[in-house]
Parts: sequence; structure tokens; C-alpha cells
Amino acid sequence: MASDDPHEDSAHEMPKYDYSATRRDFMLKLGIGINAIAGALVGIPIIGFFVSSIVKANQPTWVSLGSIDQFPENATRMAVFLNPYRTQADGATANVPCWVKRENGENFTVFAINCAHLGCPVRWFEQSKLFLCPCHGGAYYEDGSRAAGPPPRGLFVYENKVEKGELNIKAGLLPTLANPA
Amino acid sequence: MMSTLRTVALWLERRLHLTKLWNQTAGHPVPASTGSWFYTFGSMTLTCFCIQILTGIFLAMSYVPSAAESYHSLELLNYSIPLGWVLRGIHYWGSTCMVIVMMLHMTQVFLWGAYKYPRELTWISGCILLFVTLGLAFSGQVMRFDTDAYWGVGIGASVAGRIPIIGEALVHILLGGPIIGSDALSRFFSLHVFILPGALLAFVSLHLRLVLGKGINEQPKPGVLVKRETYDKHYSEIIKREGVPFVPAAINKDIVANGILILVIVGLALFVGPNGPGTPADPTIQIADAKPDTPFLWLFACAALLPNGSEPWLFFVFPLVASLLLFLLPFITNEGEKHWRRRPVAVAIVILSYLGIGLLTYEAITGPWSPQMDAWSGLPIKAEYVKGRTPLELQGAVVFQDMQCRNCHAIAGEGGHRGPDLTQVATRMTNPQLVRQVIQGGGNMPAFGKNLSPEQTRALVAYLCSLHPPNVPPAREAVGVLKPIGETQPTPSPTPGNVAVRGEK
Repeated sequence: MASDDPHEDSAHEMPKYDYSATRRDFMLKLGIGINAIAGALVGIPIIGFFVSSIVKANQPTWVSLGSIDQFPENATRMAVFLNPYRTQADGATANVPCWVKRENGENFTVFAINCAHLGCPVRWFEQSKLFLCPCHGGAYYEDGSRAAGPPPRGLFVYENKVEKGELNIKAGLLPTLANPA
Repeated sequence: MMSTLRTVALWLERRLHLTKLWNQTAGHPVPASTGSWFYTFGSMTLTCFCIQILTGIFLAMSYVPSAAESYHSLELLNYSIPLGWVLRGIHYWGSTCMVIVMMLHMTQVFLWGAYKYPRELTWISGCILLFVTLGLAFSGQVMRFDTDAYWGVGIGASVAGRIPIIGEALVHILLGGPIIGSDALSRFFSLHVFILPGALLAFVSLHLRLVLGKGINEQPKPGVLVKRETYDKHYSEIIKREGVPFVPAAINKDIVANGILILVIVGLALFVGPNGPGTPADPTIQIADAKPDTPFLWLFACAALLPNGSEPWLFFVFPLVASLLLFLLPFITNEGEKHWRRRPVAVAIVILSYLGIGLLTYEAITGPWSPQMDAWSGLPIKAEYVKGRTPLELQGAVVFQDMQCRNCHAIAGEGGHRGPDLTQVATRMTNPQLVRQVIQGGGNMPAFGKNLSPEQTRALVAYLCSLHPPNVPPAREAVGVLKPIGETQPTPSPTPGNVAVRGEK
């Protein structure tokens, strides 16, 4: 293809470049060196920011579910607590539900809402004493053990204690198989 | 006047070298036979992407990526901001269409053997574009931030949490915090509007450069084999023989197809409207029936249908092997036949993939594995299934409803489909078999032994034993005489002719 552009083939007409010229060589190496340091100085904060959620991962902490009087004995009730690590932007997602089963007296079991299969919210059915998951039909017995469906284990259980008449659970992490509450 | 225009044009040409640019891009030579309807899907995918960028930019002017605000901003877009709902609709349907035409494009490229030598990188960059597009589709669903999106992120985190060793770290990176909240939404926002579109632009550029550099695949002819040694010469001969500039000689069908595509997308936006947002992302709302958007429904169905314990295979081994095969395809069959008529395995793969994905998607839409959570309280048993029953059987029907059996078991097709339909259960199972099934469970049914009193069990099984058509007798024990718990079991006949009757229809 003929071209009327004088710069068309200029790349092929460059005078031979002497790569061994020492000052140019030095400047090139200096330039690469400076930019490597600069790159690291920009990159480290970016990577640090990105992975900070792992490095400074919040640990589960004690959260109150309120007075134990609201939970009748031998019954399972939903309780909602505020995520201890919430921010202002979290809105309604800061409300975390869980299932509280009061065996007797100060003896509680608190189940996470998240199905052990893929984390969908399980629902309690008082009459048949079953937790049913709407996503893939996982079912759990009253004690949280797996009854049917695809879950690989029973419901996740929060550690709990009763203090000054209040039920406390250790929460703040999304329960998954990697991190079972 | 004309001469002034000509001077300006020449001045620009001298500086921008537009003629050269044109000849290398829009005007590049293509085989005349590629001006075909089958070659329009690639440009249609690109058109969808342009629509997504355009509508996305304007949606971002009103959307607030904060868990507390996003829902409200979407409602503003839907109901208050003029034409906001149209933009949302176009963006949603553009995304759906993009995935569909991309699949068609990929199918065509696969069937036409276009991935073979020398277009391996074109195929690989296309595969990357597929994954980036699916990433955009998933992160786009999260932008809706309703219950589906919230639990969808939960599913994503649960899948990540199953990965050995790095699972926990991955969950934290995905959510940007310990729990699904605003940080998670912001991460997906950044992914959806910066990272993935940027990646898409970069790989689209590479993809197009490869298309221009290596030329568009000629229409394959059965029996004409690709050989690395001769193909380049063969292709340049085709171009010499029947080469035409893409614009304006081979673009006409692309223009028509893309015009229709845009009309379809806008039409869907106008007449079907935008998708959602559904119920707000409040985890305390218990009406969640989390389902992913259409492109991911088949995976969702797999998660329900595969046997227990197969999750590591579904979530890691299968995607890894499948994407590896996809990326390595041009090296597995680099040469040889291109025409689909001589490639029965390729045709079979396409048919099986479409059938598989289609059936799984259908299954996911009907969701037979999900219990119908309100069936026990919202769906009364039809009169004909309680008419003429004894008091015990009627009591059993009450137990049947009250114990949420209906959530998983349909009667006359109404109710959950997690377990078998029980309309004619008495023709399949005898009284003792039903008692055992109810008390012990099994076969993916929970055991109800602890939650039913003996009286309730007797009534329930009596009712179940009445569930058979009037002209079909209930099932009987094959051997021996068992004392039935309910009263409806007929005494098995001792005659040999009646042995082994279970009354299966």
C-alpha cells in the first residue's frame, strides 16, 4: 500500500542506537529503579487496603439478645441482634436474625439463620418441629441436626451465656463452612 | 464551499491518517460469504455491551451504592426520576440479551470451527469475555440489593467458604468485612462499574484486534481441512478471490440484526419493565426465596439436584475442568475439519449443552426441591379428598396440614414438590410402610417419630391410606398378615394369585 505519509516508515529509518552508552544506560537503570520503588509505594497501600478485611478480620464478640424472659422454655423463637461491627451505611442489613431455643432455665441453644448448605435463611416450623430452607429444601430437626436435603451438617450454633438475666451470644461473623459461627 | 470542506478533510486526513485507519478496521477485507446471518452474533454482543455502558453510566448518576440507601435509590429510579424505569429496564434486558447472544456467538464459532488455527487467541480472549460478562451479570444482580441479591451474596460467600484453606480469607475479601452489609455491596459495585467493564473493554480490544489481524473465519466447506502449514496461504487466496471490504459490503445483515436486537431490548424494557427491586434486603424478613438471575439458574439447580457430598465437585472440580477444557479447546483440536456436518462430536456437545442448561434452568424456575413454605396454612385440601372420610381419617387430614406435610407433599398437584405427590399414595404403600416412613423418615424425608403422638400417627396414616382412586384398591402386604394400625387395611387374600400386589399404577 503506497503512502504519502513521510513518517510512515520512520521506525525503520532510525539511526542505529548505541545501547552500551554508559550515561544513557545508567539513566535507564536509574529510571527503572526509581519507578520500581515508586510502584511498590503505590502498590503496597492498595494491596494492604484490599486485604485489610482478612488481616484485621473482626473476631466474634458477645452480643446481647435481650432478657431471657422473652424466650419461653421448650420453645424456639427468632431473635434479632445488631451486627456488632455495623456501620452507618449498613441499613437493615445490620439486623441479624437467629433462632433461640430455650431448653430449660438458663440452658439455651442459639442457631444461625444461615443454612449450612449455601447460607439461605432457614425458617422454623413450630408444629412439625423442623427448620426448613427455602432454597434447596434442606431440613433440620429441633436440635439443629440435619434431617434431610443437601446440607452437609447441622445448623451453625452460636456460643451463648446468660449474664444478669440477659442472653448473650458470640456473633459478628457470617457463619459459613469455613467459619462455623 | 465544497473546496473548503475538501481542504478541511484533507487537512484532517494528513494529520489523522483516517484512510489508513479505515482500511485496517471497518474497511478490512473479509470473504464475501461471511456476510451471513450466522456471523451477526459477535457484533450483537458488542452492541449489547455498548447499551450496558451507556445506560450504566446514567444509572450510576442516581444509584447509591450503600446498603442503607440503594433500595431507596432504585425506587426513586423506578417511580420518581423521569424515565428512570426505562433505563433500568434497558439495562436489565440488555444484560439478559448480552448473555444470550454471547452464547449464540460462541456456539456459532464452535460449530464453524473458527477457533482452530490461527485463531486460538481469538477464542481464548472470547472465553475471558464470557467469564467477565457472567461476572458482570452476577455483580449486577447484587446492585439490585433486594432479598434475592442479599442471599445471593450469601450463597457466593458460602460457596467460597467451602474452598479448603483459603476459604475464610476469600469470604472476607468477597464481603469486605465479617458479614454481608454495605462493604459487600460497595465491593460488588466497584467490581460491576470499574473492574469488570474495564477488563471487558481491554479484552474486547484484544478480541477485535485478533479478528482484524487474523481475518474473520471463512465459511467452512465440508472436506476442506485446516493445516497449519497451508492455512495462511489458503486464507489469503480466499481474500484475493472473494474478498470485500467489511464496510459496506458485508455489514448489511449485521446492521439489520443489531437494529432488531435494540428494538427487542427496548421493547422488553417498555412492555415488561425493569426487574425489581424485590423485597428489601433485610435479613429478618422471612419470605426470602433467593434465586439467582437467569444465567445462573442452571447452577442453582445443580446445587439442589446433585447427590449429597458432591458440592466440592460441583463448585471446584467441575468449573475448573470445564473452563480448562474451554480455554484449551483450540489446542485440543487445532487442525482438521471445520464444517459441523463432519464433526458429530461437536454437534453432540452443543445439543447436550443446550438441553442440559435448558432443562436445569426449567427445573430451577419451577423449583420442585423448594418446600412451599405457606402450603400448610394457605392451601386447604380440596373437598373431594376429604369427602366421605371417617372421623379418624378426617383427623388425619388435619394432622397432615398442621404438621406442614403439605409444604413438601402435594395433593392433587397442589403443595410442595420436594417429596412425592401423595394424591394416590395408598396405591403405592401399605399402612405399615406409611407408618414406618412417617416415624423414621428416610429417602430425604425427616423422621417425625418424636413430634407425632401415636394417635396422630394412626390418624395421619389412616388418612393417607384413604388416598387412592375409587377404582384402584389400596396396596396390600405381599406376604403374611400384619395387624394394621389404621382400620382401613383389607385383610390380604390367601389365594396365590393375589401375592405380590402392591397396586403400582
